[in-house]
Amino acid sequence: MATYRLKVNGQTHDIEALPDTPLLWVLRDNLHMTGTKFGCGVAQCGACTVYMDGSPLRACSMPVSGVENSEITTIEGLAGREAEAVQKAWVARDVPQCGYCQSGQIMSAIALLQANKNPTDQDIDLAMNGNICRCATYVRIRAAIHDAAQSLRG
Amino acid sequence: MSIYDKTLHGQNVLGETSQTVSSQAASMSRRALLKGAAGLTIAFYLPRLAKAQTVVAQPETFAPNAFIRITPDNIVTVLSKHLEMGQGPYTGLTTIVAEELDADWSQMRVASAPANAKLYGNSIFGGLQGTGGSSAIANSYEQLRKAGATARAMLVEAAAAEWKVPVAEITVERGTVKHAASSRQATFGQLAEAAARLKAPTGDVQLKDPSQFRLIGHDGIVKKLDVPGKTNGTAKFTIDQYEPGMLTVVVAHPPRFGATVSHVDDGAARKVAGVVAVKTLPTGVAVYANGMWPAIKGREALRIVWDESKAEKRGSAELFEAYRQQAKTPGKIAGAKGDAEAALKKAGKVIEAEFTFPYLAHAPMEPLDGFMMWDGTTAKARFGSQIQTLDQGAIAGILGITPDRVQIETLLAGGSFGRRAQATSHLAAELAQAVKAIGPGTPVKLVWTREDDIRGGYYRPMFVHRLRGAVENGKIVAWSNTIVGQSFMAGTPFAAMIKDGIDPTMVGGAREIFYDVADFNCDVHMTDVGVPTLWWRSVEHTHTGYAVECFVDELLQVAGKDPVAGRLELMAKHPRAAGVLKAVADLAKWSDSKPAEGRARGVAVVESFESYIAQIAEVSVGDGGEPNVHKVWCAVDCGVAINPDIIRAQMEGGIGYGLGHILYAEVPLDSGHVVPSNFDGYRSLRINEMPEVEVTIVKSNEKPTGVGEPGVPPIGPAVANALARLGRERPRRLPMVRGTV
Ligand code: FES
Ligand code: FES
Repeated sequence: MATYRLKVNGQTHDIEALPDTPLLWVLRDNLHMTGTKFGCGVAQCGACTVYMDGSPLRACSMPVSGVENSEITTIEGLAGREAEAVQKAWVARDVPQCGYCQSGQIMSAIALLQANKNPTDQDIDLAMNGNICRCATYVRIRAAIHDAAQSLRG
Repeated sequence: MSIYDKTLHGQNVLGETSQTVSSQAASMSRRALLKGAAGLTIAFYLPRLAKAQTVVAQPETFAPNAFIRITPDNIVTVLSKHLEMGQGPYTGLTTIVAEELDADWSQMRVASAPANAKLYGNSIFGGLQGTGGSSAIANSYEQLRKAGATARAMLVEAAAAEWKVPVAEITVERGTVKHAASSRQATFGQLAEAAARLKAPTGDVQLKDPSQFRLIGHDGIVKKLDVPGKTNGTAKFTIDQYEPGMLTVVVAHPPRFGATVSHVDDGAARKVAGVVAVKTLPTGVAVYANGMWPAIKGREALRIVWDESKAEKRGSAELFEAYRQQAKTPGKIAGAKGDAEAALKKAGKVIEAEFTFPYLAHAPMEPLDGFMMWDGTTAKARFGSQIQTLDQGAIAGILGITPDRVQIETLLAGGSFGRRAQATSHLAAELAQAVKAIGPGTPVKLVWTREDDIRGGYYRPMFVHRLRGAVENGKIVAWSNTIVGQSFMAGTPFAAMIKDGIDPTMVGGAREIFYDVADFNCDVHMTDVGVPTLWWRSVEHTHTGYAVECFVDELLQVAGKDPVAGRLELMAKHPRAAGVLKAVADLAKWSDSKPAEGRARGVAVVESFESYIAQIAEVSVGDGGEPNVHKVWCAVDCGVAINPDIIRAQMEGGIGYGLGHILYAEVPLDSGHVVPSNFDGYRSLRINEMPEVEVTIVKSNEKPTGVGEPGVPPIGPAVANALARLGRERPRRLPMVRGTV
């Protein structure tokens, strides 16, 4: 066990964990921030997507020892225009089914729109194909991203 | 004290502010009797609160029956007897109540009902409390309409008494009770306390004429109740449960099905920081830790010797070979008309097709998990229980208590597709074993990893279908289908469904087909394999739908018929199936539009759980020969459409789920070892592979039926039939794309 100082959603936390503990389990088991989900543990599904210094990261595959000097953002800490636009579009389209993948989907979608306010279907495919939705809500995910993009362009 | 007379706390699963939902006011003892959907009388027996109970019930809560709670804050909470795993029952059931109650949608909430088969049994499950078979709406429609109408009548009665005006002069509109003549009005919340003092009306309550529906069948007003929490990360699933002192448990399961623990060396595992205990359970070796990571690491450090003497050691190639041989011999007759063998013998040419279907994992996004507290006399479990009554019984049996001492709080489930509906309650049992082994006082969260999930069995069984048919003068004259596979009903509480050696969940959709063929036969062999299997979204229709719809398409092609017109000619006795087929052909402009260059369209129509779905898929063949599915048109007849947008969403999701598996998924076994272990080996559909989907809902006055599963079966054969029109063979071995991961 070792002690780590993490910055998550603007707050500093001192936690104890094995050095190879994935950030995912620190967020969940140490901090009880449960919005970030476990789906595969091997960077295949995207359910655990968070931001490290603003860029999407698979929290299941990044050891806690590697994030000490970084700013971590989880779904609980979302803020900003893109986040608002995406979450609003998600609700308007009733995107989620079981909902379990949706934190990860939303994190990836927001990151896409931060970089690209006018994504094509192909841009969406590229940005989102690391996020599995077993309920296959993909039709609505795509539509909601287009809606959000449009609202951001005003 | 039984769990039935506890104050039920509105669960915070949706990420909303928690509210207390009182199951019964202390002054009330017995309430109305209401007739259930299938003419079954369900007693709304809400017993008096036990004296010893410390929880104070709220007398001002209006609780007219087991399903509805109206509190003075003007909130109407519907208690859902069905698990919400993505198919929308929380919203659908609430819509039905709100409709008859004439409530305003904004005042509607939902909470999960406790495990109590007496109050919350599913009439389609013979009274067991459970969700599945696309039955949530089907078995609740009449029940909840009556529940809503009864509550409405009591609110009106309360208002009439208070205002001293005739009941007949009172109207209810969007949550407001009004007396126009005296310009008086009140909210449900304002009337709750008075209504709570009334006796429920006996006899029949007046239900709305469907023409008066303003929520049911309409778009726009109803928004899914679980969506906000599922969009901001606050929705709580089983894996999100934490309690002080809780240990996380992962279990090392055997490398082959049927193996058992022979010897454990847990020395290294116990040395992992955070590991608290290691216990051998009937299903494997459990590692208890302060969190998931030490539990996983502890499990990796175990050295287990397995006794594989009784394990299944065959591989899937070997099993398929055996199935294929068996398919050449006649099985037990599941359906027959005329003499198919004689007709085939007489025919000039016999057309033959053999379809093979692999084991499939359900792989719900949230792997199996469960949380439980056990104090030595009572157990409190929280998880996405799909058959609460059986799970309750299994837990009780293991802990040596009566089922009424097992409380189950049903949480949102991160998908199921059949996986959480366990006839054997194996997950609940493993959870109870884990809790029992560590002893009372330690809350336990059992979590399966994705590897446990993919390698853990309970698959959609492997199947072989051998079909033979003949066409004479443009007409299908003979049809014979031999089916070989495992029964997942055998040896479970549902075994009684097996009649004369025929398990209906192996042959539905094949023993009777829509198409009028004079000489017809369907027979079945039940195999004995040591791999646990289970229903999988749309059950037998995952394979019968594919085999039948591919084969009829092939025969029609030989007969020189159009796939839509040719089917319709043979479907005179199946107007609803014909109806969706015509509707989808219209939607896709089947007869008067051409697909783009290099693309072709295929069609299929399947009925499952009394819902009728037809789909047309537009397909091309991409680089490396992989089918690309560009667009799917879908027509659905599920009787009265409760929530059109949920129906559309289920068609979209069902198409994606069906397509992903038909294209990419299989769980092969090598000498009894499961080959894939995660999504890198068990390929899932991704967004770039999802077609555009257009859905039309056929207007119907039939009783409402389910939509969670029926969207799945037609997509596979529709794609296969499109490939045939591109000059390729209809894929006979699934998945269509293999070895690409
Ligand atoms: S849990 Fe991290 S990518 Fe699947
Ligand atoms: S909504 Fe269920 S996995 Fe995406």
